[in-house]
Amino acid sequence: MPSYVNPDKCDGCKALDKTACQYICPNDLMVLDKEKMKAYNRDVSMCWECYNCVKICPTQAVEVRSYADFVPLGASATPMRSTDTILWTVKFRNGTIKRFKFPIRTTPEGKAVPDGGFETKGNLDSPLLFTEPASIGMDDVFRLKN
Amino acid sequence: MAEFETVVVETDLLIVGGGMAACGAAVEAAHWAMQNGLKVTLVDKAAVDRSGAVAMGLSAINQYVGLKDGANTIKDYVDYVRNDLMGITREDLVANIARHVDSTVHLFEKWGLPIWKDEKGAYVHEGRWQLMINGESYKVVVAEAAKNALLGTGVGQIFERVFIVGPLMDGERCAGAVGFSVREKKFYVFKSKATLVAMGGAVHVFKPRSSGEGMGRAWYPPWNSGSSAYFTLKAGAEMTCQEVRFIPVRFKDAYGPVGAWFLLFKSRATNAAGGNYMIDRKPELEKWGPYGRVKPVPANLRNYLGMLDVMEGKGPISMRTEEAIQQIAETYKGDEKAYKKKMKELESEAWEDFLDMTISQALLWASTNLQPEERSSEIAAAEPYFIGSHSGASGAWISGPEDLQTDETKGQYFWGYAHMSTVKGLFCAGDASGASSHKFSSGSHAEGRIAAKAAIKFIVENNQMPVLEPAALEALKAEILKPLATYEQFQKATTDPEINPNYIKPRMFMFRLQKIMDEYAGGITAQFTTNEALLKKALDLLAYLKEDSAKLAAADLHELMRCWENTHRMWQAEAHVRTVLFREETRWPGYYFRADKPQIDEEKWHVFANCRYDPKSDTWETMARPILHVFSPQPKGPALVGA
Repeated sequence: MPSYVNPDKCDGCKALDKTACQYICPNDLMVLDKEKMKAYNRDVSMCWECYNCVKICPTQAVEVRSYADFVPLGASATPMRSTDTILWTVKFRNGTIKRFKFPIRTTPEGKAVPDGGFETKGNLDSPLLFTEPASIGMDDVFRLKN
Repeated sequence: MAEFETVVVETDLLIVGGGMAACGAAVEAAHWAMQNGLKVTLVDKAAVDRSGAVAMGLSAINQYVGLKDGANTIKDYVDYVRNDLMGITREDLVANIARHVDSTVHLFEKWGLPIWKDEKGAYVHEGRWQLMINGESYKVVVAEAAKNALLGTGVGQIFERVFIVGPLMDGERCAGAVGFSVREKKFYVFKSKATLVAMGGAVHVFKPRSSGEGMGRAWYPPWNSGSSAYFTLKAGAEMTCQEVRFIPVRFKDAYGPVGAWFLLFKSRATNAAGGNYMIDRKPELEKWGPYGRVKPVPANLRNYLGMLDVMEGKGPISMRTEEAIQQIAETYKGDEKAYKKKMKELESEAWEDFLDMTISQALLWASTNLQPEERSSEIAAAEPYFIGSHSGASGAWISGPEDLQTDETKGQYFWGYAHMSTVKGLFCAGDASGASSHKFSSGSHAEGRIAAKAAIKFIVENNQMPVLEPAALEALKAEILKPLATYEQFQKATTDPEINPNYIKPRMFMFRLQKIMDEYAGGITAQFTTNEALLKKALDLLAYLKEDSAKLAAADLHELMRCWENTHRMWQAEAHVRTVLFREETRWPGYYFRADKPQIDEEKWHVFANCRYDPKSDTWETMARPILHVFSPQPKGPALVGA
């Protein structure tokens, strides 16, 4: 099934113009059934299990049941993604539970400054990109001798 | 299709795609566009936050040269890439990306990507060129900088969920792109003075190993459907290395990454009898000339040695995770506390590797109760992919930078603007440009930056808005929307819309393409082997498929996108078959094997095999281009066996 939607939890993103899962799916798979006001994955055989719909769902209604044509049933991986970390709960078929926490970014959300604070100079004719040479950490970019 | 509104967007630079290369292009273009009073437009078929090959995340950055620390030189990187690609590489392009990639990685870090550091504050390397990262939000962070650059300054705009079908031309010059919204009934015309193509490589051209639900679990994402190749081919651009597909060896079925296991954890891979093909089959390497003697052994040759084991019935091949973890932990034996801590750390690192970039693999391990410290795990060769940014090389033939040419290379590799294709005003980066492998995520971003700066320079020096014929636009609109019209016209001819003699749905069209490629062009079921007769048969069958592409039918906008994605795949397939046919040798035996030309032929085929589709005459030509060195090749091996 790859990603699937729990009908008890999905609220269709409260009739906003598009659901969160529909907004984010890189393969245009998640759609809203407007009669039921529930989202669904329209083509599970084209799902990469990238988990972006799972991570973005505001009601945690989207989960993944692994590809049934090669994965035994019974395991799950559940993310809880905050602004700076992700917490994973991995459940094994035999019931073993493992939990992992990883950082996801070091800056506040939305605050990536394009030039990274590096000095910008140079001109269109030079091989230097706009943050260079500062962002290389050297005095100049590599050039061929002679 | 009168109900489809035509939206015309005029811009100076058009960036098509939203992945790493496109985001690099956006950040760089915004700066130079601002200085020169120009506008930049980026068009993505998905949402930039999570589009492209890095949509899920990554657990490593695979290209970092480490110039500032004197760790490596540009020449070192060029040597590495040239050797891995069996001598077929554009040194000017590889060097150009390599000299800028550190700069891009340092920006990633400033933007907020967590890069692992050791206790001294230095980057933790997975291998010589690879850095370990906490990369769950890699794409989010990179997209954020791109969006801030374009939108924060007012210099640019972004269209999401607009699928670009193909190029707009004004004579010999690229004049922009056409496509449609996958959300509303809108046909889009983007008119531009320069266009930068970065729509990724191609998946599902060949039949995948899993053909049920698991079909979507390709190693490279299923949404990368050959759109870059189609765009450049249809613009009439010369293409290169269309034969150099990539076959990754990964954990079997879920395609989890093996890099950390081989490089960081120093794991071995062994066959059913415990034999190590890298040792047992070492003499085989001698047949592949100087490239068989280099370190590291080229990816395709490593593949090939493993494939020989499998073909002889010695599988399964297992990654010896349990052995590798024990060996690392061993050094802490005696100190119970330190040992436990190290084991815990290794376990976390091993699982993060999958959870960051291939969650399915974590699920496959959990569902088979597999703990890597206890039990080994099967690896296998995946299906072929087109990905010029990795260890494949397919893409457009582009100009190098002027300042990285020698007197000899300049006439062959430079024509005015860095990373511009042979079509005026059409720039390429990432998987869209060829013969510059091993750029991966970071190098693709750097290349996007390089190409964008050159494109802005092109616009400043060629500052005229192209002229388009309204009649030609109407014809393009009708052609692009035709699958919807076809469906509307014929859907009532049968009781089941999926089966109808008047049309073909995109899914079956894709299966037909995959079957042709798999069986005749060296896919999995053909053990990656083909020959002249098989390739000619593939071309015959592709010709029928191409005719039938005019009968593709779409019930809705989503299916319309699928129709065009599969047409794009078909064009990538044809370029591939023609070039495999043209190159009369076997040079990358772990990617494909020409059984009728089973040896490497350094004398005749140490050249680029290029091809071009001529839109005017609707014909293809293939041509060899010379391989010229910017750096003197290392190592200079003895003559080839059999040469």
